[in-house]
Amino acid sequence: MNTNSNQDESMIRRFINMPPDSVPKTIFIAVTLCLIASMVVSAAAVMLRPIQEVNKLKDKQVSILQVAGRYDPGTDVAEAFSAFEPKVLEIATGEFADEFDPATFDDLAAADDPETSIALKDDPASIGRQSKYVTVYLLRDEDGKLDKVVLPVHGYGLWSTLYGFIALEENGNDIYGLQFYQHAETPGLGAEVDNPRWKEQWNGKKITDENDVLQIAVTKSQPPAGPEYHVDALAGATLTSVGVHNLIRFWLGERGYKPFLQKLKEGAV
Amino acid sequence: MPQVKREMLIDPLVDNNPITLQVLGICSALAVTSSLKVAFVMSLAVIAVTAFSSMFISIIRNQIPGSIRIIVQMVIIASLVILVDQILKAYAFEISKTLSVFVGLIITNCIVMGRAEAFAMKNPPLASFADGVGNGLGYGLILMMVGVVRELFGSGSLFGVTVMETVNNGGWYVPNGMLLLPPSAFFIIGFIIWAFRTWKPAQVEEREYKIQVVEAH
Repeated sequence: MNTNSNQDESMIRRFINMPPDSVPKTIFIAVTLCLIASMVVSAAAVMLRPIQEVNKLKDKQVSILQVAGRYDPGTDVAEAFSAFEPKVLEIATGEFADEFDPATFDDLAAADDPETSIALKDDPASIGRQSKYVTVYLLRDEDGKLDKVVLPVHGYGLWSTLYGFIALEENGNDIYGLQFYQHAETPGLGAEVDNPRWKEQWNGKKITDENDVLQIAVTKSQPPAGPEYHVDALAGATLTSVGVHNLIRFWLGERGYKPFLQKLKEGAV
Repeated sequence: MPQVKREMLIDPLVDNNPITLQVLGICSALAVTSSLKVAFVMSLAVIAVTAFSSMFISIIRNQIPGSIRIIVQMVIIASLVILVDQILKAYAFEISKTLSVFVGLIITNCIVMGRAEAFAMKNPPLASFADGVGNGLGYGLILMMVGVVRELFGSGSLFGVTVMETVNNGGWYVPNGMLLLPPSAFFIIGFIIWAFRTWKPAQVEEREYKIQVVEAH
């Protein structure tokens, strides 16, 4: 006598013994496999996301620390980073936009949102859309006086958009350092933007001259303005160097942080 | 029924190397060999993907309909690659940053699918797993050889440790910039194939043409 479960079992067996090329089996295999595969992939993505986000955040914090000269291997990143005060800056006015909470403000999302960004027609840094608001980081010394500001910059190099930070002294004209935390330039050539010896050059450079003209340049030969405005281009990486030159001049220029730098110069921050 | 044999692991290293004999998987060998660390992680990733995809495909090999078998293999391989990518992003963030898109490109690595189609579809799971590990190792071996040459002469270091101080850092060694560009791997792989085939003449393919001698009148 056949019970119900036995019937089920024989059905499964019959299904398994079906020739693999039959239409129902083909559809069954395709659907089951896709279901299993998508479950595995999405489970992995969801379960690992928190760890990945932490990595990303830490990576960004490390580059902020590095650019401001506050990082040594072994530094407790979270603790060292707590010295920085994040602020959302309205680029056009140079004022802090306190309606945004820096803890939740997402620079990348803001650059995509038509409400908070503008499409660039003349676009030397090749970034497409420029956010009206960015997160900047202020570093104060023990007495609460402004010591350094760390500003995000990005622009296109040869293969990729370079994302980084530039650290300025409190006077708004002296560069302390430049550091990229995300790019995909050629290792050994364009990726030498990460070379400590090249980055060292940025320290002490000036952005504008006495007449308030933007002079900072990344070029092969020294421009007439003088060595204090010149960073040597990377050997063998002309296009990456041109990209860095353009993005730095864009972000530190009229359409970038100029209003904010003006405020820094006046000591109004 | 074939057992797991030592040859399955050893053969693909030299005698049946996926890169030098089968000439598969060249594209990623060009892309990720400019530094050894990256090449090493990439090798591990490929070993894991080839081994597990071969195993899973072998488990269901009798159920896979012939008409959609390539797609079925691709789905399994792609899922495993995404898994590897996610794990790297979570636990080896620095390296996954340098590997960037190349982990994803393991999906298109012909070695993985070549082994699935040529071996795993006809052999039991454990043997397929071993075959996958062996071929991954063979791939990794060539990657490391290319990586040593490229990193040593291209940036004067091995595994990121400076061996020859480059001029950029105030040393004496003028690095060979070409070695850092992908095409240089073509030359190096070419030399490796030449060396292998000189060592093991059995690997030399038969000519597809015959040189004819024209008799002088």
